[in-house]
Amino acid sequence: MTRPPHQHVEVRSAYADSVALLQVSRTVAALPGVAAAQVAMATPLNLDVLAGMGFEVPDDAGPNDMVVALRLVDGDPTTLEAAVAGVDAALRALRSARPAAAGAQAPPRTTASALRGADPGDPVLVSVPGASAAVEAADALAAGHDVMIFSDNVPLEHEVALKRAAAERGLLVMGPDCGTAVLDGVGLGFANVTRPGPVGVVAASGTGCQQLLALLDHAGVGVSWALGVGGRDLGRAVGGLATREALRRLDADPGVERIVLVSKPPDDEVAAALASYAATLGTPVQLALLGPGLPDLTAVAEQVLADLGVPVPQWPVAGEVHREVRGELLVGLFAGGTLAQETELLCRQAGVPHEVVDLGDDELTHGRAHPMIDPTLRLERLVGALEHPHTGVVQVDVVLGHGADPDPAATLVPALAEAARPVVVSLVGTAADPQDLLAQRTALARVAEVHLSNAGATRRAIGLLTGGAR
Amino acid sequence: MRAVTVGADLLGDALEAQAVGVQRVDWRPPMPGTEDDLATVVLDPLRADADARAVQAVLDTTAVLVDVLPAAEAIGLERGQFLHAGPPLTWERASGPMRGALMGAAALEGLVDDPDDAPALFESGAATFEPCHHHAAVGPMAGVVAPSMWMFVLEDPVTGRRTHCTLNEGLGKVLRYGAYSPEVLTRLRWMGDVLGPLLQGAVRAVRDGQGPVDVSGVLTQMLQMGDEAHNRNRAGTLMLLRDLAPALVAGTERGSSAADVAEVLRFVGGNDHFFLNLAMPACKLALDAARGTEGSAMVVAMARNGTDFGIQVAGTGDEWFTGPAQVADGLFLGDYGPDDANPDIGDSAITETAGIGGFAMATAPAIVRLVGGTVPDALATTRRMHEITLAEHPRWAVPVLDFQGTPTGIDVTRVCRTGVLPQINTGMAGRVAGTGQVGAGLVTPPAEVFPAALARLARLSRERASGA
Repeated sequence: MTRPPHQHVEVRSAYADSVALLQVSRTVAALPGVAAAQVAMATPLNLDVLAGMGFEVPDDAGPNDMVVALRLVDGDPTTLEAAVAGVDAALRALRSARPAAAGAQAPPRTTASALRGADPGDPVLVSVPGASAAVEAADALAAGHDVMIFSDNVPLEHEVALKRAAAERGLLVMGPDCGTAVLDGVGLGFANVTRPGPVGVVAASGTGCQQLLALLDHAGVGVSWALGVGGRDLGRAVGGLATREALRRLDADPGVERIVLVSKPPDDEVAAALASYAATLGTPVQLALLGPGLPDLTAVAEQVLADLGVPVPQWPVAGEVHREVRGELLVGLFAGGTLAQETELLCRQAGVPHEVVDLGDDELTHGRAHPMIDPTLRLERLVGALEHPHTGVVQVDVVLGHGADPDPAATLVPALAEAARPVVVSLVGTAADPQDLLAQRTALARVAEVHLSNAGATRRAIGLLTGGAR
Repeated sequence: MRAVTVGADLLGDALEAQAVGVQRVDWRPPMPGTEDDLATVVLDPLRADADARAVQAVLDTTAVLVDVLPAAEAIGLERGQFLHAGPPLTWERASGPMRGALMGAAALEGLVDDPDDAPALFESGAATFEPCHHHAAVGPMAGVVAPSMWMFVLEDPVTGRRTHCTLNEGLGKVLRYGAYSPEVLTRLRWMGDVLGPLLQGAVRAVRDGQGPVDVSGVLTQMLQMGDEAHNRNRAGTLMLLRDLAPALVAGTERGSSAADVAEVLRFVGGNDHFFLNLAMPACKLALDAARGTEGSAMVVAMARNGTDFGIQVAGTGDEWFTGPAQVADGLFLGDYGPDDANPDIGDSAITETAGIGGFAMATAPAIVRLVGGTVPDALATTRRMHEITLAEHPRWAVPVLDFQGTPTGIDVTRVCRTGVLPQINTGMAGRVAGTGQVGAGLVTPPAEVFPAALARLARLSRERASGA
């Protein structure tokens, strides 16, 4: 006898971050008898998602409440009991994974409290929701610590206030909207594993920085410092406050022989002021400011290698295009904002119709994890793009490194295998990254053509549309 | 390198995978609706310096006992004028114990023969009452002060600023818990006729001889002797007696009767709460030093009138932020139960505001059962209060926490960020006027007073920013 499906929605007064709850949802969804599961904080976006899944959430659930929504294959009470027990176990596992909880003393509740007695050199990494990020970052600055803001959706006026306060104290605010930093070889946020070396990067662009790290690493050149200053730092409002401090620090480090400043298109006046500041430094500074007619990131990497006297290698390509081009449109679905922008610029330059989406854009990440961690959003868009009659070529980026999805190929390859369109992948990573670059490349190459250079991947995609050779 | 992470655990995990030590913050969303105000106040350029100055002013203030005077002389209270605990209040909204104490005080002053005739005076406005806090004073429980009641006069030796508090009546059926039976009034008359004058003579003799009683010094010592100086003041009371006893006895040379001196020594020595009425004005003296510090989010007073719980903040002048007073959670005397208890009452939360009382619970394991807790709870409470405070008090060291200073200077922003509310040790008054004490326990402020104060701070900050 088959029983009808059953829905269960409960609201709990509890909190966990969106990434942790994503893991819980996945764990619970895989339990026997569970058809669908969504465990999430009741943010407006998550409520939309829950409504879209057909769940009815009580009106009094607020952003500080956790919603447990389950669709069960039948209405058997023991199935429900087992599923709820599964939710509890998964949530418990999150807590017990924190070593601090085992001690007699409760863990600190604010950054200020965590920093009591800390060494001033210890950096602070903030990834709470954007509206609350400034408060934690201000604690770090008040205690004399550098801070990296990984959070999305940080109001611009908060960023300006923090960076002004930091500039007064000679402290560095990394981010927001640039989730990558390497501090003396240690990666914070999304960061590739690089060998130590003579290059220092100042990046107003997270994936732009990662592309440089990956290309330089492939050429055998190490990067010891990559200071991500945030995507808006070179805009007019912030005026390059963090960039200036980052340049100053790298210039003061005798181990840094060459500084590369990479950014999305900056404000002209800010760029000019920074260029003249850079000219006063003892260490040569290579500007890599994306824009029409300016060199792409791969060209910048090649220039750095040339300056260091290192031969430029052949940028690796694996796999091949299996399908025929049937539409005229290049559809780019990117987790990396700068990679998306680079592809957009190249398409525009080539006059190719394109639709390039930055899935990591603040507007798309309200209340959910970044697409480098959570593949859901991209997989949804991918299905849409592949069904669309005008789609000619699909380009996606896969960015490896600490903090990113531990096995992006596992979800992407099955989705791409269904593709009736040619697919080109920009696979950004280094040989030492935890995901195993070679294994990811091999898996992706079964269904797509895989490039280390994003510019190379884009040129190939454009070539496919315009009938040019590879 | 070590790193502090706040937010997604995944990023801390990634650092640990690189063999970097990680201190994780157990972050939770702030109190609902406070995100914008929090950012505004925390990013205010005045704040860091203002908070540092505010809390330093508290830490730098000490108190000495310079006199004992009737309230009429000490603070100029006139016939028909009374003070009470907590934020401002009207007779209609006054709780049972507050009404009972005012009725008893009216009878004590001879405004009525029978306390039960007093309500008409207060209803008509023929007799008035105002907060103690508005008159450089603090009062425990109902905190009612009448012109004839004697008060301790404490002074900051550096600035000469003064604060005041009445003399402690003891436990059980007492005016401050709303009791006003003939025995209560008889005791108050003895305090006015005998205790006050004898203490005045002794305090003045000590002051003019070896120098005034160092109230701050006694507080420092008693905190190391198992008193948290709110619900337990046994060591403090005995140290005060040690300082005053010779001068009290010598008072017989100035004309005091030996029998009265013996009765005063017995009364003070037998009343374990006697020093509370010195601890409270000492705390107010310190906190008042921070009042009016523009840009500071530090709390300078927490007080209850039996109906409302109110706080005042350094950066918002004398404005009160109020919400409904809660009923304490704790233990009851005799047959009394939760239904008999009045909502929280008294200015005594000034001790917690300054960093003792519930904030120093770890130092007073002897009373954890009285207030319904365990020793581990007491340690955890003091540690938890460090999450919401700006400083550790250098003089108030807790031996069992390796002499860490008590958590001092409640920061409105941290309360809103963590949702951790100040922990207050308190007595419980009977709901019905005339009952007296029914128990003791733990209580917290109504959470909403902190977002309300934060919103005001944020408004002032925005006004400053737009004016600049």
